[in-house]
Amino acid sequence: MTHLSAFSRRGFLAAGAGIAAVSVVGCSSSTATGTGSGAAPGKASMWGLSGQPNEKILTDCVTAFNTMGKGTVDVTFFQNDAYKQKIRTAVGAGEAPTLIYGWGGGILKGYADAGQVLDLTDWIKTQSAWKAKFFDSPWGAGTSNGKIFGVPTNNTQPIVMYYNKKLFDQVGASLPTTWDDVMKLVGTFNSKGIAPFSLGGGSNWTSMMWLEYLFDRIGGPDVFSNIYAGKKDSWGDASALKAYKMVQDLVDANGFIKGFMSVTADSNADLALLYTGKAAMMLHGGWAYGAIKAAQPDFVKTDLEFGGFPSVPGGTGDAKNIVGNPANYWSISAKASEAEQAVAKSWLLDGMFTDTVIDAFISSGGVPVVKAAESKIANSENKAFLSFIYNLATSAPNFQQSWDQALGATQAEALLNNISQLFSKQIGPDQFATNMNATL
Amino acid sequence: MASATRSRDTPLAVLVLPSLLIFVSFAVVPLFGVIALSFTKWDGIGAILPNGLGSWQQVLADPQTWASLWLTIITMTVTWAIQTPLSILLGTFLAGHQRYRGLLGVFYFLPLLLSSAAIAIAFKSLFDPNFGLGAGLHIPLLSQDWLGVQLAFPVVLSVIAWQFIPFHTLLYQGGVRQIPVQLYEASQIDGANRFQQFFHITLPQLKYTIITSSTLMLVGSLTYFDLVFVMTAGGPGNATRILPLDMYIRGFRANQMGAASVIAVFLVVLGLGIALGVQRLGGRDKTASQLEGL
Repeated sequence: MTHLSAFSRRGFLAAGAGIAAVSVVGCSSSTATGTGSGAAPGKASMWGLSGQPNEKILTDCVTAFNTMGKGTVDVTFFQNDAYKQKIRTAVGAGEAPTLIYGWGGGILKGYADAGQVLDLTDWIKTQSAWKAKFFDSPWGAGTSNGKIFGVPTNNTQPIVMYYNKKLFDQVGASLPTTWDDVMKLVGTFNSKGIAPFSLGGGSNWTSMMWLEYLFDRIGGPDVFSNIYAGKKDSWGDASALKAYKMVQDLVDANGFIKGFMSVTADSNADLALLYTGKAAMMLHGGWAYGAIKAAQPDFVKTDLEFGGFPSVPGGTGDAKNIVGNPANYWSISAKASEAEQAVAKSWLLDGMFTDTVIDAFISSGGVPVVKAAESKIANSENKAFLSFIYNLATSAPNFQQSWDQALGATQAEALLNNISQLFSKQIGPDQFATNMNATL
Repeated sequence: MASATRSRDTPLAVLVLPSLLIFVSFAVVPLFGVIALSFTKWDGIGAILPNGLGSWQQVLADPQTWASLWLTIITMTVTWAIQTPLSILLGTFLAGHQRYRGLLGVFYFLPLLLSSAAIAIAFKSLFDPNFGLGAGLHIPLLSQDWLGVQLAFPVVLSVIAWQFIPFHTLLYQGGVRQIPVQLYEASQIDGANRFQQFFHITLPQLKYTIITSSTLMLVGSLTYFDLVFVMTAGGPGNATRILPLDMYIRGFRANQMGAASVIAVFLVVLGLGIALGVQRLGGRDKTASQLEGL
């Protein structure tokens, strides 16, 4: 965030800082170039996301790799939202790290179209034994125009419902399986002075998860496929309009905690609302389990329940469908030197998913996207949650990638902005559809 | 004679050169870069494509541009209307040498020492609807949704005022201390009370300080970014999306550098216009003395 200081109170000259910011960001990352001397094993740079448990896992993973004599990987960590913009600016300025972390989908496609990331297709063909170790489903979002630009990493992260069991016992209610149950529970919890749902509405992508599931449950995967294909008026589909209205009905019924529009997910304040007992339910990504466990291990052991998203009566979507992040992805910068790229590749092959790393992911509460995970889950202390996620991910007829990752940046920004207005009731369902149709 | 002045001029030009170079390369060149970019289409990573007036049409037709401009104008007006009187009063108060004023001054100037990002993070936590000050102290009056749709903008403006009033107070304190004490002594002999002294001596004597401070406030309010960005990021919805944020969101989130550059040009023109306007308000007769007869 330091580069933003260019905007501080320095008079109107700072108005030109749009350009200046590019060069400032560029300068701060110059480590990416100019290394890799001669025959000695080279050096590759890498940017990761800060925040536990993944920050520690990646740090340990890289440290272990650096002692193998196959080169050195230098990792720097950034906060999630800051990273998303910094990496793009760096890629645009040709100053990207060797290993570019991402979520696949539309943004990766943008990099690929601009020739900024390496086409890994042919290299991966020569490494078929290694490729066979991964799940099959995540490769899709790392592929653009039939070519692979991103290698799946980390955990598979479907979005699921989390429940505070203690609060359910307190009001004598059972977990919801349909939308009618949800609306009934909203009334029950509100009457006892407990917020029904926690939501970090200030982050917008959190609210987006609700629409992703409602679209699917009401009209099936086609509703979003049409949007992705750019079909005219597809944001105004009847199922979509119904989803907007259901969300606003939930807001009107005080379904979300008071002040949810100023709660942000970056600081995990939304998770805290669930485990401190201020809210009874939460829709969140699979990564939330690990984060809650890190913050409040006892809560996970005794009071946490989880489940799939409830079905919507009359909806045509399969209740086994899931949305979320199939995986995270590593791409290799096309601007990196050959020596840097070689180190990056050998890290992907030999460093990224060692047994130790797989164990670390599983003990942190995630399901890494490799098949070796299945046998290890059985012995894990997080067995209940992990096998739930594993089964969810492997039996889902459709795994929809998060919209803000699947769509291009311009459309994603418009989407998040309009979602913010929809959830804060500044606009209604029709206006939302009109605004979003304009981006198709 | 002529040769003497010339030999004096040459080293002066050399002395100016470094700052001129920095100004040109970091202000003038980017400025032209922004103007050039506003006629292009660029997503930040691909090729820069010429777009004619496309970006301009897009921005001018977008209601969000005008909403953001309106918010910026309110920011400017409210900032000036709140901060100026308070700063003048505090500055005049602190200019005195009475007991405790030095100590109070230290406390008043504390916000000056903090970075905008730190202030924003601190206030964001204090205003948190569930874990903030109101919830922590169980005071219902303080448990508002401070950063919700209705209150976010006024709250942000208040925090901006909290941050910048000390700076302007400092300007006015210096200004008041420069007013010759004879003026007050003479008026006292004439039987003027404190209010009359304030309105007829202090305020007129502060004319140039007011102009300086107002220029900084008005032009500065066009560039508020860091504090708002960290506190609300323009939300909820677009409740606090002032023009600089609008520029940033278009450029670095939606990756429409052309449209963002159009907003940047807006900001430059607005800022230059306001700065020139305010200077003219008081500077038409530059030779006029405020201290005639002393």
